[in-house]
Amino acid sequence: MIEFWVIFTGVLVGLTCGIAGVFLILRKMSMIADAISHTVLFGIVMAFIVTQTLNGVWMLVGAAFAGILTAYLVQLLQSSGIQEDAAIGVVFTSLFAIGVLLITLFAGDVHLDVEHVLMGEIAFIPWDKWTFLSITMPKAVWMLLLVLVINIAFLFLFYKEMKLSTFDPVYAATIGLPVVLLHYGFMTTISLTTVSAFDSVGAILVVAMLIGPAATAYLISKSIKQMFIWSMTFGVAAAIIGYYSAKWFDTSIAGMMATAVGAIFVVIFIIDKINGRLNKKVVET
Amino acid sequence: MRALEALVVQNLSVAYDKKRVLENANLIVPKGHLAAIIGPNGAGKSTFLKAVLNQLPNKVGEVEILGKAFSPKSLVVGYVPQRNAVDWDFPTTAFDVVLMGRYGSRGLMKRPTKHDKQLAMQALTSVGMEDYADRSIGQLSGGQQQRVFLARALAQNAEVYFLDEPFAGVDAATEKTIIDILKNLKAQGKSIFVVHHDLQTVKEYFDYTILLNKTILAAGKTEEVFTAEKLQQTYGGNLFMMQAL
Amino acid sequence: MLSGNLLWVLMGTMLLGIAAGITGTFSFLQKQSLVGDAAAHAALPGIALAFLITGQKELPILMIGAALTSALSVYCIQWIVTYSKLKADAAIGLVLAVFFGIGIVLLTIVNRSPLGNQSGLNDFIFGKAATMTKADLTWLFISAAIIIIVSLLLYKEWKLMIFDPVYAKGIGLPIEALKACLTALIVMTIVTGIQAVGVILMSALLIIPAASAKLWTRRLSTMLIFSGITGGIAGLAGTFISSLRTGLSTGPIIVLFAATIFFISYLFSPKAGQLSKYIRKVKFRKQEKLS
Repeated sequence: MIEFWVIFTGVLVGLTCGIAGVFLILRKMSMIADAISHTVLFGIVMAFIVTQTLNGVWMLVGAAFAGILTAYLVQLLQSSGIQEDAAIGVVFTSLFAIGVLLITLFAGDVHLDVEHVLMGEIAFIPWDKWTFLSITMPKAVWMLLLVLVINIAFLFLFYKEMKLSTFDPVYAATIGLPVVLLHYGFMTTISLTTVSAFDSVGAILVVAMLIGPAATAYLISKSIKQMFIWSMTFGVAAAIIGYYSAKWFDTSIAGMMATAVGAIFVVIFIIDKINGRLNKKVVET
Repeated sequence: MRALEALVVQNLSVAYDKKRVLENANLIVPKGHLAAIIGPNGAGKSTFLKAVLNQLPNKVGEVEILGKAFSPKSLVVGYVPQRNAVDWDFPTTAFDVVLMGRYGSRGLMKRPTKHDKQLAMQALTSVGMEDYADRSIGQLSGGQQQRVFLARALAQNAEVYFLDEPFAGVDAATEKTIIDILKNLKAQGKSIFVVHHDLQTVKEYFDYTILLNKTILAAGKTEEVFTAEKLQQTYGGNLFMMQAL
Repeated sequence: MLSGNLLWVLMGTMLLGIAAGITGTFSFLQKQSLVGDAAAHAALPGIALAFLITGQKELPILMIGAALTSALSVYCIQWIVTYSKLKADAAIGLVLAVFFGIGIVLLTIVNRSPLGNQSGLNDFIFGKAATMTKADLTWLFISAAIIIIVSLLLYKEWKLMIFDPVYAKGIGLPIEALKACLTALIVMTIVTGIQAVGVILMSALLIIPAASAKLWTRRLSTMLIFSGITGGIAGLAGTFISSLRTGLSTGPIIVLFAATIFFISYLFSPKAGQLSKYIRKVKFRKQEKLS
């Protein structure tokens, strides 16, 4: 039963990140996701300092705040002429450093230890349970489900607006799409996704789940809908393969999931290339 | 009562840090013209376009399109950006791109209707791309991509069109298709503005010309404005070119 | 902690800061700052592998491991961008996360193995300059010196390669070799630096001083000097402060010093600072109103 929850959590991470990752890749914002995964630490610490609790809901709020702040600061620096990669680099390393410092200064003895935040501990998930509407499930599962619903809702409601503002933001603005709002809305979903997964796989390895499956899907998809399906599939596959490999080698589950993400990418990459060569041969004959 | 002008620009200036990219541009263009915007590289043509479409926050001055300040909601303006403004690896089809032109008319969160899809298909057909509707845009040639972009703006049924270098790097057949469509739009009473780079074709294609080099040097009917003297002013003296004309 | 040792450590991190500022500037100008971030994270599996294979935690051995995986990550990124649809941002993020994930897997195996528990390999994640031994510091000095000297020697060639690659090729400069040399130097900086600031924050040292320098000048020579000085000050001040209280990692404080310098540059630099931009904007609007 314990094992079930661990695997289920992993699957949820794969699904949620798989969905969120698609537009991340298409908008070329993978590195902002990487930045946010570091700066949520800052958000969570601030939430702790302000509320003096480790309440999951406040963490989500702190994370959302950190995500929007990150996106905003990067935007600010960029529009004053600093090149994009440097803007991202400056913002996230500074906020992350502040976060780490704040933890050592104000939360040193609390459960909020930095390694846990960075690498998570999915094995501990089943022990921390919440009961809601008389259903009892691990807290992490509740959070992941909530964020999964939010991600799906956002995409469902704003699918065509996201599609156009990703493909051609200038044109989108000329026909009245609220490009800026969409940007910050999307960044918020990324922050929420990051924090919902940090308990299980840690903030840094969320990046692997956000970018990897979607990037792999990008290689082979002919439409955005296809990209979503493949991305979720690869995310879930990485979670399951990662879990069982970690069990076998007796090592970090989150680390193995990230490794599995990489392995799947390599496999699909090779298959795609072979496929391409075969098709070429068919055309030539 | 004065008929509405297609475009009125007053004292438009744009500066990036210390550089003045556009200075005090003034322009009044009546409706129903197919107008070329020409000038040397770096003269600020694309900047001018973006400023007119209210895409630049750091501009100073007034712009009115058909009597109103530019507002995307009015859907009066069809914009065709440069082809390289976009990543053509995006996983979507030609039809889908054109359909995006209808997104403005629906509210947020509503699905495109059958009517939208019909209009999109009509627009695609009018540029001769109906057979490519389901083709991935990454597989299209430069000319085909340009036509898809034009179809997207046409699907909007706008009144005023702004095109940024639509003839750059397209084949002769596409160029003919595009200019025929633009002339057709003019015949319907629409107003079209094209940032154009090929001086050889200005007289043949455009009935109105705007000369731009950091400011509007001249604007008016092509036969009056497109003269060796005015071109010299704009381009800063390139005799070879003048002789060719 | 003896103040004699502290002095050595301070010198070491200062040199490191200078080296990072210099190589970081070259990286920054090629818009490859985030590749440095990936390379830094990618050092982790190399460190763990080196320990697992050799059973030694001597610094040079770990550093070789780190350098190999770090360099490998850079090539993986280039490879992905060249041979697939994927763009640079996705390639960097993917490589960064996967390599780091592999690093965590290996590190966990190390920590669970009988030898591993005392390995101190975890310090590589956040850095602990204050606990460096004399041997560690010697290596740091040597690396930093090599980095600075090579940068000075290849300054002209790299400058041309970055600002006018076509011309550089035209006069026969071996572009690929130069690029490889720069990559090697950046990897060396990273590998040297992660002892002091750790894997995660190393990229900060490569990016922040360089970005600050760009706010003051466009000339490469001045940028390098400013960047080096910023890095050096950050290293020095950060290490000093973190030594005043136990339990404080050096990494975050060094980074915050650098960030403060950036922040000051951002606001007050006469060329590109916000204050002067604001003044210019006000002037511009006043002029336009008059005309």
